[in-house]
Amino acid sequence: MRFMRQLFLAGLVLVAGRTMALIETYEFSTPELEARYQQLSEELRCPKCQNQNIADSNAPIAQDLRKLLHQQLEQGASDTEILDYMVARYGEFVRYRPSFGGANLVLWLAPVLLLCAAMVVLIITLRSRSKSAAAGTAFLSAEEQARLQSLLEKAEHDS
Amino acid sequence: MGPRLKLFLPLILFALLAITLFRGLGLDPNELPSALIDRPLPAFTLPALGQTQMLSAADLTGQPALLNVWATWCVSCRVEHPYLKQLAQQGIPIFGLNYKDDDSAAQRWLEELGDPYRFNIADREGTLGLDMGVYGAPETYLLDARGVVRYRHVGVVDEKVWQMFLEPLYLELSKGNGVP
Amino acid sequence: MIPEIGHFALIIALCLALILALVPAWGAWRGNSVAMALAPGLAVGLLVFVGISFSCLSSAFLQDDFSVKLVASHSNSLLPSVYKFAAVWGNHEGSLLLWALILSLWTAAVALFSSQLPLLVLSRVLSVMGAVALGFLSFSLITSNPFTRLLPAAPADGSDLNPLLQDPGLIIHPPLLYMGYVGFSVAFAFAIAALLGGRLDASWARWSRPWTNIAWAFLTLGIMLGSWWAYYELGWGGWWFWDPVENASFMPWLAGTALIHSLAATEKRGLFKSWTVLLAIFTFSLSLLGTFLVRSGVLTSVHAFATDPARGMFILVFLAVVVGGSLTLYAFRAPAVSSRVSFGWVSRESLLLCNNVVFLVATLTVLFGTLFPLIVDALGLGKVSVGPPYFNAVFVPLMALLVPLMGLGPVSRWKRDAVERWRGELAIPAVVAVLCGITLPLLHAPYNIWVALAVLLSSWLVLGLARDLWQRLRSASSPGQGLARLTPGYCGMLIAHLGFAACVVGIVATSQYSVEHDLKMSPGDSRALAGYEFHFVEVVQVRGPNFVADEARFEVTRDGVLVASLSPQKRRYSASGSVMTEAAIDPDLFRDLYVAMGEPVGSSGAWAIRLHFKPLVRWMWLGAILMALGAFTAALDKRYRRHREAVHSSSEAVLRGT
Repeated sequence: MRFMRQLFLAGLVLVAGRTMALIETYEFSTPELEARYQQLSEELRCPKCQNQNIADSNAPIAQDLRKLLHQQLEQGASDTEILDYMVARYGEFVRYRPSFGGANLVLWLAPVLLLCAAMVVLIITLRSRSKSAAAGTAFLSAEEQARLQSLLEKAEHDS
Repeated sequence: MGPRLKLFLPLILFALLAITLFRGLGLDPNELPSALIDRPLPAFTLPALGQTQMLSAADLTGQPALLNVWATWCVSCRVEHPYLKQLAQQGIPIFGLNYKDDDSAAQRWLEELGDPYRFNIADREGTLGLDMGVYGAPETYLLDARGVVRYRHVGVVDEKVWQMFLEPLYLELSKGNGVP
Repeated sequence: MIPEIGHFALIIALCLALILALVPAWGAWRGNSVAMALAPGLAVGLLVFVGISFSCLSSAFLQDDFSVKLVASHSNSLLPSVYKFAAVWGNHEGSLLLWALILSLWTAAVALFSSQLPLLVLSRVLSVMGAVALGFLSFSLITSNPFTRLLPAAPADGSDLNPLLQDPGLIIHPPLLYMGYVGFSVAFAFAIAALLGGRLDASWARWSRPWTNIAWAFLTLGIMLGSWWAYYELGWGGWWFWDPVENASFMPWLAGTALIHSLAATEKRGLFKSWTVLLAIFTFSLSLLGTFLVRSGVLTSVHAFATDPARGMFILVFLAVVVGGSLTLYAFRAPAVSSRVSFGWVSRESLLLCNNVVFLVATLTVLFGTLFPLIVDALGLGKVSVGPPYFNAVFVPLMALLVPLMGLGPVSRWKRDAVERWRGELAIPAVVAVLCGITLPLLHAPYNIWVALAVLLSSWLVLGLARDLWQRLRSASSPGQGLARLTPGYCGMLIAHLGFAACVVGIVATSQYSVEHDLKMSPGDSRALAGYEFHFVEVVQVRGPNFVADEARFEVTRDGVLVASLSPQKRRYSASGSVMTEAAIDPDLFRDLYVAMGEPVGSSGAWAIRLHFKPLVRWMWLGAILMALGAFTAALDKRYRRHREAVHSSSEAVLRGT
């Protein structure tokens, strides 16, 4: 079984090719389309590779997806339409920018919520600290002051 | 006790993290479920391998079947081929999707190694593959009688894979006449 | 024979680590000076034996001993010697041995350079480090033995080192990175020692500060080198991808930055003692978590080593024991009531707290984003990916929040400060910063609001620092005396914050202003990019030590004047057959010109060529170098090297008393 797995992996590797950038020369009718191409190809994940976007991978599937992206852009599809098309075939996995729906909402809101929570803790801490600063010099309770007094008198007596 | 309790918070959070990581060890991050699960095969019109006759999604309906994506350039496909022949001999219907391949090379391959497929769809450009979310050969889809995708296995189908993942579902689909 | 010696040395090292983990700690618990005094010796012994083991492995690589499985899988006789050595850590088993070596180095360093530390504390610290070493050495010996042999069928030659790794970057990047990650174990050990001793006072902060600063400096350099290496090696001009393994090194850095600032407050004012201890535990836990993520296979990454769930389980258990154990200790032993030291709303303390807030939120955000696909999968909710678009969108605003506060930090006073004083000190710098933000970006059309913002914030930082420096020099009787009065701590802070400002400008400028084009070019063609003319002269065949290459010769001119000659290559490595692109870069302080070759197009000698113009990209890495330099400088402060005697006598009194 382990041998089979290794062989399968070897097969995949042969198919996947190297993890180096393939440079293609697509012509675009407008510079905006080229800019959108660059941006979208960095947002779409190669379904097969070890965490690479389709811009940087030269796996055959990445090449196919880039060609598809080029075609769709030239045909006038919007960014949303293109992403939906890809997701319908390869699943949410293929988007590097997670959608805003469902569980992903937690992901997008997390930084803001964390920041708010941290700031609340910060404000509470600052308030309690500055309160004791404002409380002035009454740091010692009455009996502690009495003890201090007796200790000082004792020291004076001893020296 | 109150302020002391607060100090246990990091430990609790870490415990949650450790449990998640433990769960994660049992998962495979590279395993991608098909986006087509419980959806019908995409519509297509492609020639059958080596013939002028055109095939469409309807040709794959009628009974639960396997759709195997393969190509002559795929080393692992050669490895799984004998087992597919075995399954075909047992009466399991297997359709082939010849993915981004050369027709004559594919036909020679089948002559040489045997043909377990009822028929083969010649997807020279990979358009059907793209519509199905294929990202590399070999892949095997399990379809029900109405041509709805029920499962996808990425990689070589061997005895273990068949027994663990495909066979139970296939039998279930066959029992209910392919309609769950 | 040599691999067996190495294996044996590793076993001895494991035994020493076991003794180090148990005996001095017991000695500290029971007040047994003999047991405690064993610690430094054991630490040095640990280093010696791990060192022997590492030397044996290196020797196996350098001598092409293909009977050792590791050498056969990762090296080749044609490989240049320097890469044969670097190949020792270009794989899972060898890099683990490097981890162990560096950990023993830090342990021995703490043992040898802690003359002012009471033995009670030193023994506990070294025991904790011994326990960590115990974990790693047992992991290595039990699951990832580097000395496994392929006898009797030793191959005639090896499979070769991955060509991507055959680069000077491999030689220094992992060791530097490990020096950083592993270095945080020192702060961790001090924190645990403080908790074990039940004495959480400011001295633990003073002792651990220099070690933490040095570790942080190394980690900064390691990350910077990784980024630079990816930039010139991978051929696509990118320098950060938010890949799980990159994040695994970045999270300890973020937490470490919070830690070094928190330690400052704890040392100077005795504040946040409990919080700083937690931060130290957190930072090292992130290092260990990073080790887990990289080697267990739970996350997909181009950088990940070949993985094995069994190994992942071992590390997870180790992680649970170390982190779970330390957090439990923290929960029981940390003071539940905070110190009564107070400070006002407007003070250096609150600014440092803000720093901690930002870096903590940043760390948790990166952690959550990295683990989110795993969490979603574990909950059975499907497969998602979280990549650069997400991380950039959430991380950048956080950092933008930080910089204005950084301008105030150095100028602020401890305990109580006043907004009016800040206004007085920093009004001019603020105004000048706004002017810089408005005018400087005009030097490079088109005007970009993000660059303007970055320039504004960075100028604010730099001018604030300059203003503070000037104040200090001005108050001295002469400039010379003023300079002499500047402590290494202050200079370090100055240099590091300057580095950060440079980094910010570099990152934003290069992200916003880079221009990239993929073009089909044949010899004789010329293309224009960002005011430069790229002229493709010819393609020649070149032969290297273990590869053959097609080399394209380019001449880059600006206004007719030759600026650079660039020669990118497309290499084919003989041993593995893999093909790799070597980009050619013309570096400059203000811009990089970058040319890489793709595939040949057609049969007429045309090639797909990628041309890049990257302004200010070097500022990012130079900024990082400055940050590291600043941290090293701060660690040199004399107060860390005070005589042992004064403290020694007081600790002896404590010992006798207990």
